[in-house]
Amino acid sequence: MIELREIRKSYDVGKQKLEVLKSIDLKIEAGELVSIMGSSGSGKSTLLNIIGILDNYDSGDFILNDTLIKNLSERKAAYYRNRFLGFVFQSFNLLSFKNALENVALPLYYQKVRRKKRNIKAMEYLDMVGLKDWAEHMPGELSGGQKQRIAIARALIADPKVILADEPTGALDSQTSFEVMEIFKEVNNAGKTILIVTHEDDIAHKTDRIIKLRDGIIVDEEIAVAS
Amino acid sequence: MFDLDKWQEIYYTIKQNKLRTFLTAFSVSWGIFMLVLLLGAGRGLENGVNEEFEEDAVNSIYVSPGRTSIPYKGMKQGRYIRLRNSDYDKTKSEIEGIDHITGRYYCSGEFTVRYKDRYSSFSVIGVHPDHAFIENQKAFQGRYLNHNDHENRRKVVIMGTEVSKILFKNEDPIDKWIHIGGIQYKVVGVYDDAGDGDEDRRIFIPISTAQLAYNGSNYIHNMVFTVGDASVKESIEIVDKVKEDLSNRYKFDPTDSRAIFIWNNVENYQRFVNLFNGIKIFIWIVGIGTIIAGIVGVSNIMLIVVKERTREIGVRKALGATPNSIIGLFLQEAIVITGIAGYIGLLAGIGLIEFINYSLLEFSVEAPYFRNPEIHLQTAIGATLLLIFSGVIAGYIPAKKASKVRPIEALRDE
Repeated sequence: MIELREIRKSYDVGKQKLEVLKSIDLKIEAGELVSIMGSSGSGKSTLLNIIGILDNYDSGDFILNDTLIKNLSERKAAYYRNRFLGFVFQSFNLLSFKNALENVALPLYYQKVRRKKRNIKAMEYLDMVGLKDWAEHMPGELSGGQKQRIAIARALIADPKVILADEPTGALDSQTSFEVMEIFKEVNNAGKTILIVTHEDDIAHKTDRIIKLRDGIIVDEEIAVAS
Repeated sequence: MFDLDKWQEIYYTIKQNKLRTFLTAFSVSWGIFMLVLLLGAGRGLENGVNEEFEEDAVNSIYVSPGRTSIPYKGMKQGRYIRLRNSDYDKTKSEIEGIDHITGRYYCSGEFTVRYKDRYSSFSVIGVHPDHAFIENQKAFQGRYLNHNDHENRRKVVIMGTEVSKILFKNEDPIDKWIHIGGIQYKVVGVYDDAGDGDEDRRIFIPISTAQLAYNGSNYIHNMVFTVGDASVKESIEIVDKVKEDLSNRYKFDPTDSRAIFIWNNVENYQRFVNLFNGIKIFIWIVGIGTIIAGIVGVSNIMLIVVKERTREIGVRKALGATPNSIIGLFLQEAIVITGIAGYIGLLAGIGLIEFINYSLLEFSVEAPYFRNPEIHLQTAIGATLLLIFSGVIAGYIPAKKASKVRPIEALRDE
């Protein structure tokens, strides 16, 4: 599903070049639940951005769902993001002036699905994360856990190939973190590939496979025993 | 464009920043308001001046004799020049480019004019039949003076509507007889002059009759002719030719500006037309300047909005928004703000112009050189197009900037 071959990425810092990713090779099969761990500066966010088609890379090949993702136009990148990927963020990133239902429906809006149809579908996904009764509420009226569940529903609605989650539990207490991870597991059991970036060990250990990153290279991989 | 979600978002941003949106919109409104007001006022000035010119044909040229001020060919200065019938005949037959011409003989002083027991005094002027075209006079009742009247020195008159009102009240004046200084004349017509009231207080008789009846011999007091659609340059050439002929005939220096006086309406009218074109250009420059100030305001606000919504734009991009859809979002917002604000300004401007117009008419205020300020439909349409265009200009830079937002920067967690 995801294949990275000798991916390199560096940023210009003044006159110097800062190598963030130094030849990353990685393969994630369809249906896997994988976590990426690393301290800050290890390059894990950059790796996620590349996999999320939010950033370019300098050399190597990135293949997503049998499609080579390289030097895409903005338009094309937007298209693949919309079709292949669902994002879940640490700070939820719901649009504050849209209610829960409209937030969930947003990816379908960019697929030019008609309003009525996308609202019906959004309701289904809200139901799935247990928030059907909160459809008309604005994000400001919801708790952190509820917001993250809405964000997950939003990530799922376009039926993407891969869910990318960047510190999805970073802003949540342990109880809600646990609930959110349960939802991810359910989604994974239904066959979706999920990639979670985290620095929390207990969260990482709820995934099937942990990839550890340090100074731009993969230092360790372990197959976690499902707890 | 008729996408409910976009409207919802525009409504949201406007609601979030009421004061800011209001101030920006106000600057656009004000710009359009001023432009409309200036254009209307300019129009009013133009109409006023046109009306001043309306009383006479704008292509008419007046030639009146004066007194020489320069000695010429052995003759002393201070000689009176007098025009004769022969000058009329020669000018008419020899000079090309003249389409209508009349001589005028002013019967000295005002005459007591009487009809039955009603009388009053009016000026009486002898003219050729072409006079109608030169003074923009139309026979309102009956007919104008014609060639037969002139050839046969008939004692007939055509008089202004004011004269008719005073002498005849509601009676039909045609074919009635009036007394002018003891001589009986038959009324053949009543004219209506396009100019103001004084022009309707005169009586015209054939110039041949006037010369005969009032010891005019073969003299005429002045000569007026029209030059068709001659350009300013052509009209000046005609004037020069007339002057040259007269100077040959009466032996005065052609450069003597006091021997004959020539008033060239073509030249004067063109001067006004040029002046008004200048004023019009000036108005547009000032108006557009004000609108540009408004556009810069809207653009500025939109840039701040883009900055504030960077994260939101990033989220949208992550969810699959194309750069074009982001541009569309901000562009539409800018167009809506400038469009609505400008439209309000347009309405306010037209409202004020109409109010001024109404007041001028209602209280019959006689403002010289200012009449009937108005906005033409095409001006209003032009202004509307200008508004939409302004909206596009105002929104484009911020929208482009928004579309360039890199999602990773927007989504970076602090």
